[in-house]
Amino acid sequence: MTATAERPTTIFRRPKATTGIWSWITTVDHKRIGIMYGYTAFVFFIIGGIEALLIRIQLAQPNMEFLTAAEYNALFTTHAVTMIFLFVMPVSAAFVNYLLPLMIGARDVAFPRLNALSYWIFLFGGIFIYSAIFFSDVTAPVGAQGVPGNLDPSDQTFLGGIPSGGWFLYQPNAGPVFSPGRAIDFAVIGIQILGVASLIASVNFIVTIFNMRARGMRLLRMPVMVWMTLVVQFLLLFSLPIIAVALFMVMFDRQFGTLFFDATAGGDPILWQHLFWLFGHPEVYVLILPAMGIVSEVLPVFSKKPLFGYPAVVFAGAGIGFLGFGVWAHHMFASGITEVAQAAFGLATMTIAIPTGIKIFNWLGTMWGGKIRFTTPMLFAIGFVAMFVIGGLSGVTHAVVPSDWQQTDTYWIVAHFHYVLFGGAVFAIFGGLYYWFPKLTGRMMNEKLGKLHFWVMFIGFNLTFAPMHWLGLQGMVRRTWQYPEGLNLGPWNLASTIGAFIIAASILIFMYNWIRSKRHGEPSGLDPWDARTIEWTIPNPTPEYNFAKPPVIRSLDDFWHRKYTVDEEGRAVRRPDADELIARLDEEGRNPTEPIHLPNPSYFPIIAAAGLPIIGYGIIFHTSVTGKFLIAFGALLTIAALLGWGMEPLEEEHTETGLATAEAH
Amino acid sequence: MPDTTRRRPLGHLVRRILPLAGLTLLVSACSLVQIDNPQNAWDPRGPIAERLDGLFWMVFWIAVGVFVVVQGAILFAVVKFRDRPGRAMPKQVHGNAKLEITWTLIPALILAAVAVPTVRGVFDLTRCDSGALKVNITGHQWWFEYDYPDYGITTANVMVIPVDTPVCASMTSEDVIHSFWVPALNGKRYLIPGQTTVLPLEASEPGEYWAQCGEFCGLSHALMRARVVALPPEEFDAWVADQQTYPAEPEPGTPAFEGLQIFQQRGCAACHGVNYGPDSEFTNLIAPEAFNGPDLTKFATRDVFAGAYLPRDGETRKEALAAWLANPPDVKPGSFMPNLGLTQEEIDKLIEWLETLK
Repeated sequence: MTATAERPTTIFRRPKATTGIWSWITTVDHKRIGIMYGYTAFVFFIIGGIEALLIRIQLAQPNMEFLTAAEYNALFTTHAVTMIFLFVMPVSAAFVNYLLPLMIGARDVAFPRLNALSYWIFLFGGIFIYSAIFFSDVTAPVGAQGVPGNLDPSDQTFLGGIPSGGWFLYQPNAGPVFSPGRAIDFAVIGIQILGVASLIASVNFIVTIFNMRARGMRLLRMPVMVWMTLVVQFLLLFSLPIIAVALFMVMFDRQFGTLFFDATAGGDPILWQHLFWLFGHPEVYVLILPAMGIVSEVLPVFSKKPLFGYPAVVFAGAGIGFLGFGVWAHHMFASGITEVAQAAFGLATMTIAIPTGIKIFNWLGTMWGGKIRFTTPMLFAIGFVAMFVIGGLSGVTHAVVPSDWQQTDTYWIVAHFHYVLFGGAVFAIFGGLYYWFPKLTGRMMNEKLGKLHFWVMFIGFNLTFAPMHWLGLQGMVRRTWQYPEGLNLGPWNLASTIGAFIIAASILIFMYNWIRSKRHGEPSGLDPWDARTIEWTIPNPTPEYNFAKPPVIRSLDDFWHRKYTVDEEGRAVRRPDADELIARLDEEGRNPTEPIHLPNPSYFPIIAAAGLPIIGYGIIFHTSVTGKFLIAFGALLTIAALLGWGMEPLEEEHTETGLATAEAH
Repeated sequence: MPDTTRRRPLGHLVRRILPLAGLTLLVSACSLVQIDNPQNAWDPRGPIAERLDGLFWMVFWIAVGVFVVVQGAILFAVVKFRDRPGRAMPKQVHGNAKLEITWTLIPALILAAVAVPTVRGVFDLTRCDSGALKVNITGHQWWFEYDYPDYGITTANVMVIPVDTPVCASMTSEDVIHSFWVPALNGKRYLIPGQTTVLPLEASEPGEYWAQCGEFCGLSHALMRARVVALPPEEFDAWVADQQTYPAEPEPGTPAFEGLQIFQQRGCAACHGVNYGPDSEFTNLIAPEAFNGPDLTKFATRDVFAGAYLPRDGETRKEALAAWLANPPDVKPGSFMPNLGLTQEEIDKLIEWLETLK
């Protein structure tokens, strides 16, 4: 029996390109997918950042006319959608994709093709939302009883077709009556598509963590980064279905005449808020927990100490995940919910501070008594802790319900969540990028530029967001296109705008450093940071097969314990053979001794993903024949791709990449 | 030990700088509050807002305490435990159960202490007292309407209340969700279509307090503003009595009279009510269920109009009215008052008439 006799028809053969564009399109390698996630997210970060700068210019002084109200509303909507769904979530997915298998000693995720599918759905979903610019229409607002509002011609702009109902899409304002036209549909269906990507990824990562760990990698030996990833994936798994249902309800209200949220027909607009925040609050922890994971990896390495209270940090993370589902109505304290509900959600919100505090104190305990090296990743990690403390403390003020009646929907809130998501998540993300850059490239990022980046961003960040605290309580509401001179809010707003441009400058420094270091950075060797976890036991850049031979784990921080022992005082002592070990690992990692079977690339993930936005366009234009055709075509495309996926031979050609790559070296 | 000699001056410096930095922070924090601003939550002018303010500063100072301790510890750690030449490898401490319990319990106790006044505040302040002066607030895109059911008064944009008297705003919305926020008197509460929410208000001193819609409500959300004017009781009574009178009909042949005719002929009367009394031929009442703009009966008694957005900074009332009537959507994006293509002459006459509505 020869292989050729069994070979199925050509379309069911696995693609073979290993370089060039096709290799990227068909790749199922978690590292390549992670890199694609990262670059795509970074492009969206730049877009979202430019949106933020435009917003800040408009708010620099009272009564500015730099943007029209329509443009401003569109920009604060897309800024949020972009930063949440198209930057922080996918960039976390980038870290998880790249690092999770490396950290648990696996060669890939459990379902490599699903992983590729997640990425392509995310990419197409993001493009779908922004395509509103081309496919949407500019409409005047419509008021009660269908009375049309009036738009001055000067309000018609190229941004008019961008969704402008806020990322929270509050009903009925973002419903069919008050926001006619197609703009909101792009947000509703686009976020739905992005949700599919995250849901698929969550299942994939959970299975990976539970089933693909190396020998000896018991749950409580997993790096905290992996633990936080696990918590996040469960948060996604349980919260995304809620927003999926809610978005379907809005979609049906808008497209097919249902009345879920139409008060005039007995619907309930507040129901939308409950559903949205029941997803939206866990989502906040989806954004911050990966960052906490990164910081929990970086701090011990540069303190030369193990993470203080590892189990406490792990269980605090899981605790935050649980509590995160019980606090959603603190976004709605002004909505007129009853005293009991306000008190209950206020108290529940306070309890979140306890596990969060545990984490902060344990990070502090990690640094305490250490031998702290101020590398760029460490600066970002310390910056994270310091800024996150501020965001956490202002978060506690929201739990004081009567005080929150003043704070809610003001810039106090904007300040709070930027301290958490920018001072927190984004600082940690940059720290992570500097820390794991050698794994991607085999080179180091420039430390001088890195430190410059940190300090410029740190100053810019605080100048931008600290003033928002008092601006908010001095009467500056959120989502405000203009504010009157009489409020005397101009000076601090100007400071905030200047800060935003300082942040922008710091990002330029980062980009320059990244591009330069990729080519000219110093070679990193295997273990540039004297790291603790097993992703640093393999060569840099990471070989395609990750581990030349499956690792065996003997303890938490396995790599550290192979390099270090402790003396009678409990101080770390480097083993005499540590350098030899590193040299040996580098050598062995590059020269696999047995054939390694890696998952084969596939065409089908990208095809299956392409069907979803096509269905989306079809639904938006469903009243036309084209729309109906698009729905059918998109559905058929996805189904056909999934069929092809199912029939794709799994074992057709073993890519014995390990040996091949080894020969190439 | 060369380490200790190098460490000591720095420790001294830190110990000397910290209280100074703390003091600077405190002084600057206080000076930041002191700005002249009629929409400042830190400048409460009534018992409810004062209580919210008290709760805020309570949690704020607790937060400052935690902030100083934690940031101080971070600063101390990064200075004291920074890597220096000759610094020994650290002890490999994996954790400490007593510390874990401590830093779980202490925050829990602090939060429990915060929880008590929080819950009490929620139960005290969510509902209105019985016997409070009743005002119905209706949210419209993009202005607030006020009805005083006990006095039969309907007005817009400017809400007038007596000082030292509990007021109960009973609120709903005609279109989307709005949120009424007059920081000097209370926090925010939604106005929700199809539902009624209540917001207790009370001013303890006379004054004009600025208010704004707090929930994004569409294109001109930022321009949906309001004023709350608190008057001494006798002045409030006078205001009520005045609002209950009808404006004088303009004399035929005057520009104001022509303005009234323009109002009737150019479609304004489809949305705006004017009440000259039951016997007047000029009376134009809008059915409550119909789409309506602000009632104009007492227009000239209100300092601001168009959702309290006009007159804008540096604009006279007349200039603002002229610009508004000439092209409403240009002044207020999305405005439901259309551009009627009025001539300058028509605008002048309309303004003449509008200023007689008092």
